[in-house]
Order: sequence, then C-alpha cells, then structure tokens
Amino acid sequence: MNKIVATLGLAATLAFPALAFAPAAEARSVTLTTQLRPYGGNGAYLAIYLVDAQGRFHSTLRVAGGKAKYHTHLRDWARGRATETARIDGITGASVGSGQTLRVTVDIADALIDAGYQIKVDTAVEDGRDNPGEITAPLTSAASAASGRAVSGRGYVASFKFDM
Amino acid sequence: MLRRLHSLPGLFAALLIAALAVTGAFLAFDSIIERSGATVPATGQVTVAALAEAVQLRHPEVERIVRTASGSVIATYFEADLPGAERVDPLTGQALGPHQPSNLTRTITNLHRSFLMGDAGHVAAGLGAAAMLVLCISGAMLLMARLGGWGAILRPSRGTLSQRLHCELGRFALIGLTLSALTGCWMCLATFGVLPDGTAVDAAALVQPSGGARLPPGQLAALQAVDLSELRELTFPYGSDLADGYTLTTAQGLGHIDAATGQMLDFTPNDLARQVHETIIMLHTGRGVWPLALLLGLAALTAPVLAGAGGVIWWRRRAALPKIRQNVGAQSADTIILVGSEGNSTWGFAVTLHAALTKAGHRVHAAPMNSLAPRYAKAERLLILTATYGDGDAPASARLFQQRLERSGTVMPVAVLGFGDRSFPQFCGFAEEVAAALRAKGWPMLLDTWLVDRQSAQDFAAWGDALGNAIGTSLALAHVAARPRTTALELSGRVEYGAESQTPTAILSFVLPAAGGFWQRRTLPRFEAGDLVGILAPGADLPRFYSLASASTDGVLEICVRKQPGGVCSGFLHELQPGGRIEAFIRPNPSFRPGRGKAPVILIGAGTGIGPLAGFIRHNARHRPMHLYWGGRHPSSDFLYGPQLSQYAADGRLTRLNTAFSRVPGGGYVQDRLAADAAALRDLVQHGAQVMVCGGRDMAGGVARAFATILQPLGLDLATLKSEGRYREDIY
Repeated sequence: MNKIVATLGLAATLAFPALAFAPAAEARSVTLTTQLRPYGGNGAYLAIYLVDAQGRFHSTLRVAGGKAKYHTHLRDWARGRATETARIDGITGASVGSGQTLRVTVDIADALIDAGYQIKVDTAVEDGRDNPGEITAPLTSAASAASGRAVSGRGYVASFKFDM
Repeated sequence: MLRRLHSLPGLFAALLIAALAVTGAFLAFDSIIERSGATVPATGQVTVAALAEAVQLRHPEVERIVRTASGSVIATYFEADLPGAERVDPLTGQALGPHQPSNLTRTITNLHRSFLMGDAGHVAAGLGAAAMLVLCISGAMLLMARLGGWGAILRPSRGTLSQRLHCELGRFALIGLTLSALTGCWMCLATFGVLPDGTAVDAAALVQPSGGARLPPGQLAALQAVDLSELRELTFPYGSDLADGYTLTTAQGLGHIDAATGQMLDFTPNDLARQVHETIIMLHTGRGVWPLALLLGLAALTAPVLAGAGGVIWWRRRAALPKIRQNVGAQSADTIILVGSEGNSTWGFAVTLHAALTKAGHRVHAAPMNSLAPRYAKAERLLILTATYGDGDAPASARLFQQRLERSGTVMPVAVLGFGDRSFPQFCGFAEEVAAALRAKGWPMLLDTWLVDRQSAQDFAAWGDALGNAIGTSLALAHVAARPRTTALELSGRVEYGAESQTPTAILSFVLPAAGGFWQRRTLPRFEAGDLVGILAPGADLPRFYSLASASTDGVLEICVRKQPGGVCSGFLHELQPGGRIEAFIRPNPSFRPGRGKAPVILIGAGTGIGPLAGFIRHNARHRPMHLYWGGRHPSSDFLYGPQLSQYAADGRLTRLNTAFSRVPGGGYVQDRLAADAAALRDLVQHGAQVMVCGGRDMAGGVARAFATILQPLGLDLATLKSEGRYREDIY
C-alpha cells in the first residue's frame, strides 16, 4: 500500500483509482512551487521527482510539458524512470512559460518524509540548455518552506520551495 | 471539377497559406544568413575530441557542445555558477562571442509552426500544408490542361495579367511549394505522433562507466574517431559525478563514452524512422543545404502573390458568369443547357431559355460547354447554345468541348443553336461542327441546327417554338438583351483619311467628359492596346466592337473607324462632333497582345487594322524589334498614322516600316509584300518572332496563306505557331 501511494504522488484534485486506497493519515499534501527566470524562450519542460538517499530514482511527482518526444531532454528523470512502470498521464501538464510559476499539490507518503529522500527537478527548453538535476532539495520537514527556505537553480529555476 | 478542387482550398486557406509562406520564407533566408556566417571545416579537418578539448580548456564546466544543421557550433557551460552560451569557431575551438538566440527568429518559428496557438495552431498549420498540397497538385494539372499536355508545361502562358502571374509564378514555385507542403504535412503528423519520428531514447549507458579519474576530452579515443561534420551534440559528464560519462549524438546515432577510458560504452544507431524524419526535416527547412533553402524561400515568397492573383482570377470568373436563378445540379436536372460564349452575350439567351423551361416545370442545369459531364444521371435532353469565335473556332467557354465529348459515355436527344453574324463566311461554323460531332457519336437530333443572326430575338423565339413542339412543352422565349454597363466618353479629336479613295476613315480619340460631377469617374476604365471597346450607337441594342489603338495610361481612348455603307455605328461615329458623347464599355482581349520577352514582333495589318498595331509600337519603350507590314490604298489618301509611324521608326520603337498600296502603279497587297520579304521573315521566325495580324477577314486569309508558304521551308506550319501563341489574329 505504501508503495502505491508513494509511487503515485498525485495532485489531490486528480481522480485516480489509487487515491481511493490511500488513507489520508499515511500521506501528506505537499505544495511544490517552482518559479522560473525570465529567460525569454519557448515554454520550459520540467520534471519534479523523488530520489532515494543513494540518488536512485524513486517516483515522479509532476511533469510539465506534454510532448513525450521532448521528455528525453529531462535526462536524469528520463533515464531514471525507464524502470518506472506507472503511467504519467495524470500528472503531466502544460509546459511553463518564461518567468512563470508552477504551483502544484501532490500527496507524498509519510514514510518518505525525513527518510533521506530528495526532491529533484530537471529542466529543459527548446534550443536552450538541458539542466538535469537543476534543483536538489532534501525532503525533510525542516527544509519545507515553513521554515522559509527556497532554493534556486543554475539554469531556469529562480526559486523552488515546498510546503507541507 | 479540377478547377473547383483548386479554387475551394485556395479560397478557404489563402490567408493561412500566405502566413505560413511568409514566415517560411523568413526562416529559409534566416538559415541562409546563418549558414553564410558559419565556417564549415572540410571533412577530416577537425575531430570532436580536438574541439571538445579547446572548449573545455576555456570553460572547465562545459555542459554541452551542439553543432547546428547550418554548421555553427555552440557551447553551453557554467561559469561561477552562472549559465553561459557562446559561439565557437569550428576550426580552432576559439570563442566567437556570446550566443544569443534571436527572439525574432524564435517568434517567427512559432508562428510558422502553430500561429502561437499551441496544439490548435499546430493543427491549423497542418491543414494549411494539406491545402497547399492539394493546390499544388490540382494547380499543376490545371496548368497542364491549359497549356496542352505535360510536354508544353514550359510554354509561355497567355491571358490577363493576373492569369499570367498566377501561371508563371505557380510554374516557377511548383516544386518548392509541393516539397514544403508535403514535408510540412509529415512534420505536423509527426508532432502529434501519428507518424514515427524515431526520437532516440537516451537511456543510461548499458555498460556501467568504470568510474575512474577523467581524462581530458582530447585524449578520448571514441571522440578522436568522430569527425566534426558528423557531430550533432556532445554532452559532458555532469559536475563531479565520476559515474557519469559523455553522451554523443551523431548523424548515425547515439552513444555513451566512458570519461576515464575514452571507450565507447554502447552505441544505438538511428533506426529507419529517425533517418526518414531527419531527411524530411532537412527537405522542409533546407538547413545545411543552402541552395535548397534558397529554392524553398523563393517559392514560399510567391505564395502570397499566387493567393492574391488566384483570388482575382476567381472573382473575375465568378463575376463574368451570369446569375441563373434556380440552377439545378447537373445530376438532378432533366434538361441540360450548355453554353459556348466568348464575351457572355450568348449567356443572356441561355438565361432566358433556362427561365422559360423552369417555368414550364422542367429541372434545368446550365453550364459552360467546357463543363460537359461524362454522364448525366437524370437528363433527358441536351440543348447547346454556342457562338463562333473568329474563323469557325470554338469560343472560350467551349474550347474543351470536343475533347470532353470524345470521352463522354452518354447519348441523349440534343439540339444545337448557333449564334453569329450572317455577314461572315464562317457564320456559326463552330455550331455546325459541334452538331456534326454529336451526330457522329450517335446523338439523336431533336431539331436541325438553327442559327440566330446578330442576336436576333425573333430568330431565338422561333427556335423556342420549334423546340417546344419537339419536347412537348409550350415555350415562349422573349429575350431582351441586357445592356452592358457603359461609360460616357466625349470625342476629343478626329483625324480623317480616305476621302479621295471613297473610303472615309477616321482616327477618333475620346476622353472622359470634362465637367463631370463629384460622383462621376475620374479615370478611364482600364484597357490596353489590342483590347476591344464596345460602342452602343443611340437606339441600338447591339454594341459594335472596335480594336483599341491606345492604352488607358495614354489618357485617351483611340480607335480607327472606317465608315461602312449603311453602318449604324460607324455612321454615328463619323457624324460625331468634338464634344459629342458615346456610351462605351471595354472587353479585354488578352490573347491579342505581344508576348513578353525580347523576341522580334512581326505586325501585319491592312486599313483600320493598323489601330492596335500602332498602339503596340507606341508602347514599345524597350525597343524590341518590331517589323510592321501594312497595306492601304494610296499613300496620299489613307496612310493612317503616317507621321507617327515615321517618328516611331526614327526613335527606334519601330524597326522597319513596310507598306503596300494597292492603288499606285506597280502596287500590291500586304500579302505580296510578305511574299517578297520571305527570306527576312523566315529569319525573324527562326529567332522566335511572334506574328500579330489585324484587319479584315479577306486580308487575314491572304496573310495566312502567304505565311504558310513562307514557313514551309522551315518545316513549320501555322497550326504549330498558333499553338505556341506565336501567330495571333484579330479579325473583323
């Protein structure tokens, strides 16, 4: 059960069968806020996902950008999720424009929080650069934005934070 | 059918295609400019290893090196944790300056792909490309039909300015536009995943990297083995992660390279889908193949002009067709009316007939003769109303009729009605030819072929009675000719000739009435020398047509009129005093104009036939060789345009003036003059000369015979010259 909840970190609003089996007590709603720099190109593709303490891919939280053929540019995520069997249809949205902010809420199992897991963000823009692992943030209560921490990336991400 | 297949997508997609074409042309020229700014080393000159080494020496934290299709090299890197991108000299690996992708190019690219409207825009662009493809194919087939077969596809086109523009530009751009449309459709389908694009999936290396200390890129064997011209993209190992290696994308495929050993860990070659997709993209963008980009760009530039000219052609054709109420579809009508008309006057009769039959309860379909269908599902009879053009030829709307009749698989009772002027020898020649062809194919005749003289309403009504008896319907055909919309013009000048030889002839000039009110037109209707002006004498219903000796740009409308014994219109014009008014309208005659180019022109005329010829010479500003052969009666009485012609000969607009006068001792006709000059004329014809004949029927016949003799030694005949548009006649 834990495994299902963790693998399918869903926006609470999305109707997905797995949600029915996820007791609220075992998962927490986490709001992810990613603000992009005004880089001035086409919409950015983003993948937000979890890796374990060893840096191994765990599960996808959110993908921005619908054309699967460009997903290969989100390199670390694309390589990692090659082993992931779950479909990402329900957690894929539109790409994020220059200077825009992506704010999504996902459910993350309690067992993953403060357990060495990290949130990673890969970004890519057409004719621009690919930034695998542009953001790496430890999934800890202390690092949550409640304590006012936002991290910035070297590429397109001006700031990334998450609230639990 | 074919024409509809061409005009419908043209009308609906014109704006879409114009927008795609303009943005496409921009991108093509943009890529040519990019290519012209890039140095491209010869194959074997630079390896990827050398370039990577040079870049990494400058930027230790280089992320990626990309070689664009145009051959320029761009490196992205981090420096003091800030992202940077620079253009790199492919030869030396030195920096050429920061890389700043153009916002304009990006916006235009997005406009071209999707009109900045996401997936809906992608679909629209794809539909535009599909419409373009249909237009290209149907256009090529129309062009072939118009010019007479694929072998003739490069022949000069004829017609009005918009028709010529549409034909010539279309022919020039056909290949480029077809290629753009076809590849554009493909790319659109690939965008939506309908067609495979074979995108390589960059999975992690199959073989784990050794994880040892990294070598400098210049020492990596796998990179040393790859020539720069093969490179698409080289991704460097990320940060300090020793487990990460290089990812190399080349024209052939994708591989991973161990950063410590320099060995290729694995290599996935491009599959067929990828190769096809890359070829399609190359053909669509022309990137990396600048002559192709140039071809595509120029072809794209013609598209908006083609759309505009096509729209004008469509509108004119539509405006020229008479409005028929309750015209039933061809396959549901019981009676089919086919019309052969040059200037649409025969259509007026067809409309009257259509209305009378419809009133009598028939379901009637009227169409041009060229639209004869291979079969009619419900038709019980066919009625053909046709004029005759020139010397027994088919009028414009009937040129394809005989050809279509050959292919027709249907037979039904038919009646043919010819329209003409009894004073001409080939009075209704074409109507008789059509009737004979129908009989030969076994069509039963409802009636013998009737002829209507000079648009006589009585003749037409009588035929209606006979037709009514034949089909058992009472038909009362009361035809009232529609008066064409005319412009009032005022006589401004008159030069008279021929009084001595009892052939009163005058050159008449008309202008717009001076004291026009605010609402009156300020400019002459548009016309060129060689077009026709129809003049309605007071009280007359039928216009008389005269060839124009001037163009509207001259500011006057000039004609040459000989007074005919008992002629209503010529009499009226000869009596007209300066300031007197006429009611006139223009009928374009685009087939009687010198073709474009520098080839010599042989102008042949007699009497008032000089009018349009003098107009052509007057407008020969570029001094192409023009040879005039003209016949009159006596130099002292009817040498029309005598002084002007001497002046044109002096200033170079007229190369040679050859006259023949019949009423001087030892004189002769213009055809005699041609026979005497046979050698010179043959030489001109061999240099591509175009022959233009204007004048009476007898003279035109004599000239045609003389020319047939002249052409014989060259192995040419008049029919060939005519089909190439090099022998044109305006006969009255």
